[in-house]
Amino acid sequence: MNLTIASITLRGLFGRRRFLLLLPLPALLVGLAWLSSALGARPSDWAGPVVVGLGLAVVLPVMTLIIGTGVLGSEIDDGTIVHILAKPLHRREIILAKLAVAWIVSWIVCGVPLAATGLIAGSGRLALGLFAGAGVGALAYSALFLVLSLLTRRPVLIGLIYIVLWEGVLGNVLSGTRALSVQQYVTTVADRVSDTPLLNGSVSLPVSLAMAAAFALGGTILAIDRLRSFSVAGETS
Amino acid sequence: MSLNLRGVSKWYGNVVAVNDISMELGPGVTGLLGPNGAGKTTVLHMMAGFLPPSRGTVLLDDTPTWRNPAVYAHLGLVSEREAVHGFLTAWEFVYASAKLQKLKDPAGAAKRALELVEMTDAKDRRIETYSKGMRQRTRVAAALVHDPRVLLLDEPFNGMDPRQRLHMMDLLHRMGTEGRTVLFSSHILEEVEQVSGTVQVIVAGRLAASGDYRTIRRLMTHRPHVFTIRSSDDRRLAVALMGQDSVSGVEVDLKLGLTVRASDYGTFTRTLPKLALGEGIRVERLLPTDESLESVFSYLVSA
Repeated sequence: MNLTIASITLRGLFGRRRFLLLLPLPALLVGLAWLSSALGARPSDWAGPVVVGLGLAVVLPVMTLIIGTGVLGSEIDDGTIVHILAKPLHRREIILAKLAVAWIVSWIVCGVPLAATGLIAGSGRLALGLFAGAGVGALAYSALFLVLSLLTRRPVLIGLIYIVLWEGVLGNVLSGTRALSVQQYVTTVADRVSDTPLLNGSVSLPVSLAMAAAFALGGTILAIDRLRSFSVAGETS
Repeated sequence: MSLNLRGVSKWYGNVVAVNDISMELGPGVTGLLGPNGAGKTTVLHMMAGFLPPSRGTVLLDDTPTWRNPAVYAHLGLVSEREAVHGFLTAWEFVYASAKLQKLKDPAGAAKRALELVEMTDAKDRRIETYSKGMRQRTRVAAALVHDPRVLLLDEPFNGMDPRQRLHMMDLLHRMGTEGRTVLFSSHILEEVEQVSGTVQVIVAGRLAASGDYRTIRRLMTHRPHVFTIRSSDDRRLAVALMGQDSVSGVEVDLKLGLTVRASDYGTFTRTLPKLALGEGIRVERLLPTDESLESVFSYLVSA
């Protein structure tokens, strides 16, 4: 793990204004959970829409999208990536450092508020499950969005299409697409760890873990290969 | 170390950006000269391994630069795009470069590189607060930090004031005499003239001329020049001009005046006043018609 790249990436992530976008969504999640609970609603009534509908289906993927494309995509956009590429480093070192930053940052900014909603719902077990699920999801999503930054010039757009259309719409209509949806792996992991009726994973745990690993590994390997062949646009004039 | 281009071409769809360029760059400073849009940046990016040639190969000694990050241990690149991590200070930026180069003494190397470009005083300010010239020097320091044998610079003098320009020229010159292979691109003739002995001229993606600067300069000044002249007696002046060796053609036009093709710029410009004086003709206007850099370059292509 290259700490120099990781620290520059981290400072780049927090130094950009885009990072302010990271604040409202988790705040909204915790706020809604607190409000529901304060108004006296039972967790079984609000946990579905708030924890799954907002937390796992929106906050986790969208936050990871912003972070995952921020660690590499924004450097590609503004051209600063050239400084890191012009070093005698195996491209694996660069990708792994970027992936680690994206994974850990999105795990923290999503996992902590998710765990907080679990606690508000009255279960330490649920909090733990959601935190674990966020960890698995943050890794798979980060690898996916990292490689998207290298495959397309519009990673945020393509990422949003994946989240909204593939996971959101198709995942609810066609059950077959669920096996290829990170959101389902996250739900399953959170469900198994917390062992609560509030969550319903529809994919088995071994499949979820294997598929999440496949997303993470496949995304990483593809990203390394794409970065090795990264071309800087020609004429600037 | 030498950089070797063998039959290198680059095209984007139907557009040919670089057309079959072969050159070998050895120790010393070489200028890559050409008008804007000629393909200089594309050539530099291919040399630096940031762009795959569509055909041909770029070799650093014997290893290809494309998909081979190991070359960056010996190669430094200063690209034209100004992009830097603006949230870092010059010190942090150059020090990080030294660490990414895995140098034994990154702090010492960073200090030396910053001294070399005279950025020691401002090194603890964030790069985004710098002027264009300071950013440029910071990027040069980062590219030099590992003491590369080969240094590529894309339009390094852009945005520099005259003093910084002189300092940079001096630096490149010194690196060349130390036996490094230095290549810099420019669209300004005088910059190349002051720094480098060897020149590669690129026009419209092709290598138009290459070799010693003086030879190319002579080609450029001794090319045919076209002037338009207005005088008190165009027709009589035309007759007198046709008798001169330095004049290869005269055209008389009642509206435009005379159009004169001179085969030798220097002799012609010296001859004309004497001739007019001797004939008692007053020259009212003398205009060179094709002094743009593009016309100079296109002459080189056809030569």
